[in-house]
Amino acid sequence: MAGSGLKWRAERGIVRRRDAHAMPARETPVLTVDDLSKIYADGTQALSGITLAVRQGEIVALIGGSGCGKTTLLRLIAGLDQATRGAVQVDGETIRAPHPSIGVVFQEPRLLPWLDVAGNVGFGLADLPRSERRTRVSRALERVGLAEHGGRWPRELSGGQQQRVAIARAFVAQPRVLLLDEPFSALDAFTRKGLHDQLLDLWAESKPTILIVTHDVGEAVTLADRVVVMRPRPGRLDETVAIGLARPREPVAATYEEAVRRVLAALDHSLRPAATKPPPTPETRASWW
Amino acid sequence: MPLLRRGGRAGLGLLLPLVLAAGWEIAVATGAASGRLLPPPSRIGATLWALAVSGDLWMHVEATLIRVGLGFLCGAAAGIVAGALVATIPALRWLIDPSLQALRAVPSLAWVPLFILWFGILETPKVLLIAVGVFFPVYVGVSGAIASVDRKLVEVGRIFRLSRFALARRILLPAVLPATLVGLRTGLGLGFLFVVAAELMGASEGLGYLLVDGQQFSKPDQIVAAIIAFALVGKAADMALVTLTSPLTRWQDTVRDSL
Repeated sequence: MAGSGLKWRAERGIVRRRDAHAMPARETPVLTVDDLSKIYADGTQALSGITLAVRQGEIVALIGGSGCGKTTLLRLIAGLDQATRGAVQVDGETIRAPHPSIGVVFQEPRLLPWLDVAGNVGFGLADLPRSERRTRVSRALERVGLAEHGGRWPRELSGGQQQRVAIARAFVAQPRVLLLDEPFSALDAFTRKGLHDQLLDLWAESKPTILIVTHDVGEAVTLADRVVVMRPRPGRLDETVAIGLARPREPVAATYEEAVRRVLAALDHSLRPAATKPPPTPETRASWW
Repeated sequence: MPLLRRGGRAGLGLLLPLVLAAGWEIAVATGAASGRLLPPPSRIGATLWALAVSGDLWMHVEATLIRVGLGFLCGAAAGIVAGALVATIPALRWLIDPSLQALRAVPSLAWVPLFILWFGILETPKVLLIAVGVFFPVYVGVSGAIASVDRKLVEVGRIFRLSRFALARRILLPAVLPATLVGLRTGLGLGFLFVVAAELMGASEGLGYLLVDGQQFSKPDQIVAAIIAFALVGKAADMALVTLTSPLTRWQDTVRDSL
């Protein structure tokens, strides 16, 4: 699964734990991304050779500067856009379009303004019998602390509450894989902290596999088992930092600080276009100068 | 308290017309003005009362309402269908939208001679003229609303794998409803505008007929009475439309404000 860049680096002894994107062989991954590339119609290469495997219940944070294709990668995995090359699989099934096993929380809440909060949470459950739907919706609203707000309109909620509704809407469909695209970036630090806790509570219940895009190092270290750093032009995976801290995580702990420093170092490295860049492959060469 | 303030504000709005009417009444009563071209409010009121008592007023109102109603139904239906087709099928948009936009620029009264030539002077040209007036705001409202549906909300529908039909019913329809209702409301207003033109082209009943009749027989009180009846009927129709459709847009306070 290793790309040519890895081989190139390995020959020169500059392996920076790139193989950590892959997983221990004994575990079957829930989500696999294999050599995924995306070239837009105008010739821009957004992603190049992304290979990633995420195991059941793992939380992986994708971090990197703007323009390194984090959102593009998430949209390809979600089946909202088509890859130019490569494949995404969930439980061995190739993803070509939105799939019942994959839930998405976008950067904006994207609630339907003509449905009340409960209607929004139950939006994806239209096929279920009414009573079952109602039970699941009210349980999900309880989990995100909005049990009393089911009958309100989205516009009556604060930004943080709206995003909680969006998270409930994704969880209530019980996805195997949950994709979150900078879900908390528009919120203040205090609200964000509360949402981290609620997200982890929900995750602890059904243990979906989570892939979260963020550009907040603290958020990545708080939530993730692994932080994957991306670098731009074209977007590709750089280093992986394993966090390996027990939950709940305290931002004041020395181990937490140490993890933040490691992610920052990896991020810093990804922003330097120096010696570690892989040799240009034919399709990347054009966009490099 | 806010209710009282709102009532107070409405009362303030009534102050100017009431003062003007009272002033005119006094001016005519004291002989300062003749009131021959503009009768005092009391005489207009008396005319209106006489028309109502004799049943003539209801006959005219009914005739006008039937024309507006038929024209509104035809124009609105055509506007919704055309707007939906043009907004969802690009080829149709390129083909017919420019022509429709050009026709929209034609002043409505310019159609009158042509319609009379084609359809005579009976009901058909009247209803058609009103339908033309209603069509354009509905068409523009619907096609614009569909074209500007938030792509991000459509994506939510895709994430939950809605079929094309479910996407239309559960996302597109509610999303375009507010702008459609605004278009319908503008259309209804234009319908009342056009019914006057339609009835001026020759009618034996209808509020527009009262206007023409009042002009030909020099009865300014009847003209003003007809104008007042137009205002009342138009406002009542508008309020009826708003009341009937407001449950549909309960969720959107801005729509309710603009309605």
